[in-house]
Amino acid sequence: MSATTGVVDEALVWLNDPLTWTEPGGVLELTGEHLLMTAAATAAAAALAIPLGAWLGHSGRGAGLVVWLTNASRALPTLGIIFLLAAGGLFGNTATVIAAAFFAVPVLLVNTYEGVRGADPDARDAARGMGMSGGRILLQVELPLATTLVSAGLRTTIVQVVATIPLAALAGGGGLGQIIALGMGTQRYGEVLAGGVLVAALCLAIDAVLAIGQRLATPAPLRAGVR
Amino acid sequence: MPGNPWFSWSYVVDNAPLLWQRTVEHAGLTIEAVAISAAIAVPLGVLISRSRWLSGPVLGAVAVMYTVPSLALFAILAPLLGIGRTPVLVGLVVYALLIILRNTVAGLATVDPAVIDAARGLGYGPARLLVQVAMPSALPSIVAGLRLATVSTVALVTVGVIVGYGGLGQLMFQGFRNNFYRAEIMTATLATILLALVLDLALWAAGRALTPWLRGRTS
Repeated sequence: MSATTGVVDEALVWLNDPLTWTEPGGVLELTGEHLLMTAAATAAAAALAIPLGAWLGHSGRGAGLVVWLTNASRALPTLGIIFLLAAGGLFGNTATVIAAAFFAVPVLLVNTYEGVRGADPDARDAARGMGMSGGRILLQVELPLATTLVSAGLRTTIVQVVATIPLAALAGGGGLGQIIALGMGTQRYGEVLAGGVLVAALCLAIDAVLAIGQRLATPAPLRAGVR
Repeated sequence: MPGNPWFSWSYVVDNAPLLWQRTVEHAGLTIEAVAISAAIAVPLGVLISRSRWLSGPVLGAVAVMYTVPSLALFAILAPLLGIGRTPVLVGLVVYALLIILRNTVAGLATVDPAVIDAARGLGYGPARLLVQVAMPSALPSIVAGLRLATVSTVALVTVGVIVGYGGLGQLMFQGFRNNFYRAEIMTATLATILLALVLDLALWAAGRALTPWLRGRTS
């Protein structure tokens, strides 16, 4: 398989060239762009999904809606949504952020909803007995108890957003996916391989960092294995 | 720009053969990927649910592969396996694997120990115990996993366009490059969603037919 080793060699040579990393539009700049887009999409999704999920979970309404939304979003092809936005006149990084946020909302919504809904009824009852108002119960009792699920949802969401953004490169968006799209277009398969490895590495690294963050964000008594 | 409607029936009529061809490619790839994945994941699930020290590492390894984005996985596999159908198929199998494996393990974990005990008391050997007692109990969970895997796979196939084999995704990309041909992108997107719904419904019906004892229960 000399063709295969050729591609691997090309990828290694490309990755070992310092210019690959530092040039304008190089790996470092693209990674920074990728992370900025991730932050924007996650923030947008969280700003919508966490309050909505908390309110729905607190009031106990909309269980059907949450489940339906989660299932429906699975069947939606992300690529189709990105191209549709492009055809509607929205392309580049803005469209990518919107599409990524769109797919992040159901995950966060269902986790926040389940977390608040699943708060111990005795704790809720005790809080009400102490004279807490609905808003205080949500903020001081239910949301802290939901931390585990919400932070798990955030981790899944962020990793999913990092994984979704490369698709935008097919529609002219930025981020690390550009390397793959460009390599495919110019038939430089070494770069395609290297781009794939870089995107995969970024995702796994972010997942690992978030796993630690998730553990730190979880109040000690709620951590798995304590009980 | 005159006349670039989102929906166009004449597009569907004029391109019916191509649409059908892409849909068949899409469905064929999905079914093949889920079938191969199930053939690996179900026996593997049975195996790892028997030993605790095996299930942790196996589930962990499969979860790591699941974390790798589809685009990246296709990009890594394509230069090694060749452009076209093979890298997409291999990638899809990898993604479906985690979903089916998790549901198989979860399904086997819910089998009532008292039922296992009763079957053992009746003289069931390990093979018969698995086939006639454990598997039927785990079946609803496995079917749920297959449905989830199928729906996600249908959506994922479109990403295969990056390595030149994306079923209906080819049409989306072609429409995008063809001066934002809205009807083409919209039709392909809707067809993808419809295909997911049809396959999901088929699996639901198959699951119902395979578990007649659950009918009449409210679930």
